[in-house]
Amino acid sequence: MAKQDQIISGKAFVLGKNIDTDQIIPAEHLVYSLDDPEERKFYGRYSLSGVPDAESGLPQGNIPLVEEDKFESEFNIIVGGPNFGCGSSREHAPASLDIAGVQAIIAPTFARIFYRNSVDGGFVVPYESLEDLSKEVHTGDELEIHPEERVVKNITQDKEYEIRPLGSVADIVNAGGIFEFARKEGMIPCQ
Amino acid sequence: MGMTLTEKILANHSGASSVEPGESVWVDVDVLMTHDVCGPPSIGIFQNQFGEDARVWDKEKLVIIPDHYIFTKDKYANRNVDILRAFAADQDLPYFYDVGSEDYKGVCHIALPEEGFTRPGEVLFGTDSHTCTAGAFGQFATGIGNTDAAFIMGTGQLWVKVPETMRFEFEGTSMPPYLMAKDIILKIIGDIGVDGATYRTMEFGGPGISAMSMEDRMTLTNMVIEAGGKNGVVEPDAKTEAYVRERTDKDFDPVYSDPDATYHSKYRYNLEDMVPMVAKPHSPDNKATALELEGTDLDRAYIGSCTGGKLSDFEAAAEIIAGNDLKIDTYIVPATTEIARGLETHTLNGKPLMQIFREAGCKIGQASCAACLGGPSDTFGRLNNQEVCISTTNRNYPGRMGSKESQVYLASPYTVAASAVTGKITDPRVFIQQTVI
Ligand code: SF4
Repeated sequence: MAKQDQIISGKAFVLGKNIDTDQIIPAEHLVYSLDDPEERKFYGRYSLSGVPDAESGLPQGNIPLVEEDKFESEFNIIVGGPNFGCGSSREHAPASLDIAGVQAIIAPTFARIFYRNSVDGGFVVPYESLEDLSKEVHTGDELEIHPEERVVKNITQDKEYEIRPLGSVADIVNAGGIFEFARKEGMIPCQ
Repeated sequence: MGMTLTEKILANHSGASSVEPGESVWVDVDVLMTHDVCGPPSIGIFQNQFGEDARVWDKEKLVIIPDHYIFTKDKYANRNVDILRAFAADQDLPYFYDVGSEDYKGVCHIALPEEGFTRPGEVLFGTDSHTCTAGAFGQFATGIGNTDAAFIMGTGQLWVKVPETMRFEFEGTSMPPYLMAKDIILKIIGDIGVDGATYRTMEFGGPGISAMSMEDRMTLTNMVIEAGGKNGVVEPDAKTEAYVRERTDKDFDPVYSDPDATYHSKYRYNLEDMVPMVAKPHSPDNKATALELEGTDLDRAYIGSCTGGKLSDFEAAAEIIAGNDLKIDTYIVPATTEIARGLETHTLNGKPLMQIFREAGCKIGQASCAACLGGPSDTFGRLNNQEVCISTTNRNYPGRMGSKESQVYLASPYTVAASAVTGKITDPRVFIQQTVI
């Protein structure tokens, strides 16, 4: 996972509101092992495959995050509407985005368990935007997230948007996850 | 300053005399529950982080309940149960409810109370978002991911941000005969939205709640996650105590909200004013009354899951189904094996509930999550095409019960049963009035 102060740049993939974990990784795919390097790739392959076609890759739609025969995406920043990641507690959801090559998600609000899993598991950095950018940004736009300045720059449209500071989870994001954090703090022994 | 029930439990478990919303605290965990979908990856992380030979922090406190993908030929799904089995044997875990054994239970959130793990005043984490169900017993219970579960397996602790509490107060001294807890929670979710309680506690109280059975209270707390809530709670009372005491010898220490506790917000409802509700596709907050949707064509009815697959849910459905022909395929899936046995022993007008369902032509599945979350393609009751289904489950996001072409309406067991009889969405009041003498 990217560090809190690291600039993340790349192509945006835009989704609407209430993207739930069944859309992020449909339940039928939860059977693959996350530990097996070959099986694990399927989480990348099927990441966001539950999103109805017309709502995948807005505003145009009908754009899959990961193409048919691929395991990784050309898009590395997700821009979503409110309540991103609602639904089940499956950590396979942020993991699948990570495996597909996504580094950060920008949404006005996140569902709690998804947010926590993203941070504690060290998968993707969830940035809260002040406004709903899913109506502003187009899939394929070049974005740059500047956490220290708390802005997202849209290079394609030459615009800037504000994001909120990470607050109390910043230490866990910086450490790279809850285990790394707990080791740094001396809560659990180093490996 | 006073504290809410949730704040008190978090204070008691973090060694603090008091806590305030927004604070992050490390709490000691009383019970960690996991299942066949999230157990194997949690175990994988636990072993990676703490070593292949690491032991769990307290084997008496780890409960493993396979329930999601049980009766399937999917090789990966079956392999996952094998991983749980090997881990339970290796760690010598006393609370593993193995598939195919006499101990097999079914849906974890119903199995936990049946087996005495939902004790008032305690902290329960589970690798499943509906872990919040256990809040019906005055426990702090919430869903977490695999990494957090692995962390608890090794340390017995987890960080929690203390949530603000929203209070939902219910007036009325009994449930109107046509109303079910499912109608109430669908109404609340419809009112506040699928993110209306995000990061917060939903606390249910007042005379209307005291009048409810434990199973009804569980239906309320089960669905707080559908409003984004972190946990849901009902203050324990004599009914809670009686239920829990019957199922465990362990001591527990109930806590209650202080009269001067601070709430984020307060809502008031009167049971007498409420009517049968439905959540339309594709969101649990897409509310309508059953009456408004009357006549909507359906292909299938589904009665099951941790929300609507309890004994009282089947009793309600049987009241309406008894003696009627069904117009659409109707699936019955008891949440647990204990409930499945109850369907054989509980009767309505002298007939076992199971016989009523069989005679009406229902398809009857084995205790598990089954089609509530779609699952592998051979899952019992799964929506594989463009079916329109009315269901007692808790989620109707696109593709939740299988195909993303399908449509799911969520409703109470009464409404689902009434709709199964007519083949269209039907307000159950017309049937209830017939059966109430
Ligand atoms: S019955 Fe449905 S909601 Fe309940 S635990 Fe199983 S899959 Fe989840």
